[in-house]
Amino acid sequence: MEYEAVIGLETHVQLKTKSKMWCGCANQYGSEPNTNVCPVCLGMPGVLPVPNDEALRLTVLTGYLLNCEIPRFAKFDRKSYFYPDAPKNYQLTQYDKPSTQNGFVEFEFAGAGSTNGMGRVRITRAHLEEDVGKLTHFDRNSGVDFNRAGVPLMEIVSEPDITSADMAYEYLNALKDILIYSNVSDCDMEKGMVRCDVNISVRPVGTKELGAKIEIKNMNSFSGVRRAAEYEIARQIAAVKRGEKLIQSTRRWDDEAGITDEMRTKEHAHDYRYFPDPDLMPLAPTDAWLAEVKSRVVELPLARKQRFMREYQLPPPDAETFVNDVPLGNYFEGVAKQSKNPKAVANWVINNLRAKLTERNDFIAKQIAEDTQFGENVKLAANESLSIGVAAGGWKLLTLSDLLFQPKALLELVGLVEAKTISSAAAQQVFSEMFETGKSPATIVQEKGLAQVSDTGAIEKFCDEAIAANPNPVTDYKAGKLAALNSLKGHVMKLSKGKANPALVGEILERKLKG
Amino acid sequence: MLNQLTISKLAAKLAGREVSAREAMQSCLDQIERVDGNIHAFISHDAADALAQADAADKDISAGVQKPLLGIPIAIKDVLAVKNQPLNCGSKILGKFISPYDAAAIEKLKSAGAIVFGRLNMDEFAMGSSTENSAFGVTRNPWDTMRIPGGSSGGSAAAVAADECIASLGTDTGGSIRQPAALCGCVGLKPTYGRISRYGLVAFASSLDQIGPFTKDVHDSATLLGVLSGVDLRDSTSVPQPVPNYIAALDGKIKGLKLGLPKEYMIGGLDAEVKAAVDAAVKKFQNLGAEIVEISLPHTDYAVATYYIIATAEASANLARFDGIRYGARIDGNDPTELYSRTRGAGFGAEVKRRIILGTYVLSSGYYDAYYLRAQKVRTLIRNDFLRAFETVDAIVTPTSPTAAFKIGEKSNDPLQMYLSDIFTISCNLAGICGISIPCGFTKSPKLPIGLQLLGKPFGEEMLLKAAHAYEQNTLWHQEKPPV
Repeated sequence: MEYEAVIGLETHVQLKTKSKMWCGCANQYGSEPNTNVCPVCLGMPGVLPVPNDEALRLTVLTGYLLNCEIPRFAKFDRKSYFYPDAPKNYQLTQYDKPSTQNGFVEFEFAGAGSTNGMGRVRITRAHLEEDVGKLTHFDRNSGVDFNRAGVPLMEIVSEPDITSADMAYEYLNALKDILIYSNVSDCDMEKGMVRCDVNISVRPVGTKELGAKIEIKNMNSFSGVRRAAEYEIARQIAAVKRGEKLIQSTRRWDDEAGITDEMRTKEHAHDYRYFPDPDLMPLAPTDAWLAEVKSRVVELPLARKQRFMREYQLPPPDAETFVNDVPLGNYFEGVAKQSKNPKAVANWVINNLRAKLTERNDFIAKQIAEDTQFGENVKLAANESLSIGVAAGGWKLLTLSDLLFQPKALLELVGLVEAKTISSAAAQQVFSEMFETGKSPATIVQEKGLAQVSDTGAIEKFCDEAIAANPNPVTDYKAGKLAALNSLKGHVMKLSKGKANPALVGEILERKLKG
Repeated sequence: MLNQLTISKLAAKLAGREVSAREAMQSCLDQIERVDGNIHAFISHDAADALAQADAADKDISAGVQKPLLGIPIAIKDVLAVKNQPLNCGSKILGKFISPYDAAAIEKLKSAGAIVFGRLNMDEFAMGSSTENSAFGVTRNPWDTMRIPGGSSGGSAAAVAADECIASLGTDTGGSIRQPAALCGCVGLKPTYGRISRYGLVAFASSLDQIGPFTKDVHDSATLLGVLSGVDLRDSTSVPQPVPNYIAALDGKIKGLKLGLPKEYMIGGLDAEVKAAVDAAVKKFQNLGAEIVEISLPHTDYAVATYYIIATAEASANLARFDGIRYGARIDGNDPTELYSRTRGAGFGAEVKRRIILGTYVLSSGYYDAYYLRAQKVRTLIRNDFLRAFETVDAIVTPTSPTAAFKIGEKSNDPLQMYLSDIFTISCNLAGICGISIPCGFTKSPKLPIGLQLLGKPFGEEMLLKAAHAYEQNTLWHQEKPPV
């Protein structure tokens, strides 16, 4: 009999807020132990929680991004359990009335369980809770750092729609992209900002009934999740095939050994004694509040990529560049919308504009690092004829809004090349000049005399000169070495100071040599 | 004797430079020295700190500073956090804990100029009706030191009754201000839930707890309520309701006031002398022009059971933080579980353990719906009873406690009897409304105070104080002093 895995994920994500969930302490990683603490997050006698509105907003924003419903009533409950990292020995969480529920996420995925290269996982809920402190074990005792206690933590619970370890991995990456993209979380695994528990069961292929749910904990990377899931699926299938009966339990992933070990079974499961926290009022978001949150909804990475490919006929790598660099993508869109040749615009934006900005910013960064004096800056700038990158107060890294040329200049440049008014070599020169000075392409072409010569009379003259001056290549070409034409072409271009229309040069040379 | 004065009388003397705050404070300290060995209202007090505050107040007074409580000594129940002072909640479990911060109510007292001093005895974590459940010994009733002062704010009531302070703060979860005020013969006010910030009040039952004043008359109660009230961003359950001028409400005009008498409150266990005193008080109100209306609060019978489910459920989680990990007393163990059970086993008293176990039980999986959820529904019915009654009456009048002060040890082994002594006060907390207890007579022998309870609408403290003040102006009960 063949078996299949049924997987659901519970993903905890630290929210990117300035302060903690219930108090004003900094939500900051890496401080000295127990420095970002106060009576509230230490669970001192008599303190009360005050909800962090931004954390509530980020949770609801996530709900919108994951296509969730946003109920008009939500609340916080106390989840009771004793552990030294829990300052109150109960955790505030949203038990049965979460801030968001019933959504889905779609992502690029080609493996088992995919449809048309896409994976789809339903989201049960994304709810808000608080993080606990961090335990460190020493030789004879343990210490608790409460800096993390009370940091807003969002738990995203998926439906058991995942059928393989690879799919779980891609799902997690999709979540991470979405949350980073929308500024909900930095999702830094190394800093413990994302933690994930996996629920796995197996069942005979074709059956609907779910097997015993086994929860795997203690993975500290996405690849750890994938390895743990691979191991556990294989373990469960082997067990079932041996005739063993699996029971609901919790297991711990040992990353070094690459195995899972049983922690506790259902009989020993905690009774968390949830009840609504009487210190907090229920949440009833108003229309205005929801509208504000909704206005923060951004286009998600996958949707953006697909749209750029569709609307601008870009190949996937170009679209991905504009997904990963949002301002650059937005700049591109502004120009491409007015262009008949968006691909050419994309080439300019990616290969020239981005490259130039990177190169210049590397230079500026070096200058800043050297802490150059303002006066020297100006002199240096003048010497190197730089006119961009020097702000009144000294060096400043460039962004797209610092560009001296107008976006429509790029459109004009593409037009000049298309109309064969300038050669692509000349276009490079024009771009450099407009980048430095902000002058329009037409002005630069005129000032520098870069207009392409398509006057056949003039080109015929250059060709004759070239043929006369290069007897060897002429002989070679006539003997059948067609590549010899290139050296003649180069000579003509040199004679024309790069302005001759290369295509025309080729035609004329061929005619003359064959004739 | 300055320590016997009310806030208003002492404030007038201080403002007129007749006396100094130091003299007033010293007079209270002398009284503590004289009587507290018998009464034991205070767990501790820092005389030097109190006098230093008094000196600072005197400096302000001579500089012409005007504040409502400038130089008035006010003592504090051991459940409210006062910066740099011990905070024990009548329990062993907090060990040598010193509060690193001020409760919101304490901040308000301090900014009003009060001398905030002393830690007043209480039932451990406010769980009790007699102040016998304190890890620091029992407090005795100033009227008869063989008897309990009521609870849980027994120290707060006894200290005011015995003139060891001018006024005090207590907390009321099911009657813990009103019942001891009644048994000690002072004025005790439990404001509407949300009227005073709970920030810095160590929670027993978060949805029921309120801070309130113990005073020697109704005018002082109005003064303190005015200082303590108002929304606080650190307490999500405090209500942004404007704070009226409560003193202005004390105009004696109660002609036409409709007072409700709940028929369900004339129960079997009601002491004959208490009943007679309350009946006489009702007559007095009638003579003053009030109209008496019989009303019904049909869900009264369920109040005690409902209360002990909700209060213990909340307490079981609220008290979980006392684990010996971050602060307080600790008895080490080989693992966290052993550390917890040793620390909590030795740190909590029997009543606290009883309530934690009860609360843990009613929240347990499989029992939640039958107990906690049902209790919440009954709570709503009880609140609706009151809101319906307030459609026809301005205030409700009842005895505060079914009996006068009982003897120490009399009910210690019968928790249920003890719980029933709060039968008239508990509904007020479940409904979230306000209530006040004022002296309305004495039993004959021994002479023990009897309290009259007035219950008011949510945020109806003005009406409550107006009625209580009018009654007080026409009686002398509040002027009687215990034989200490």
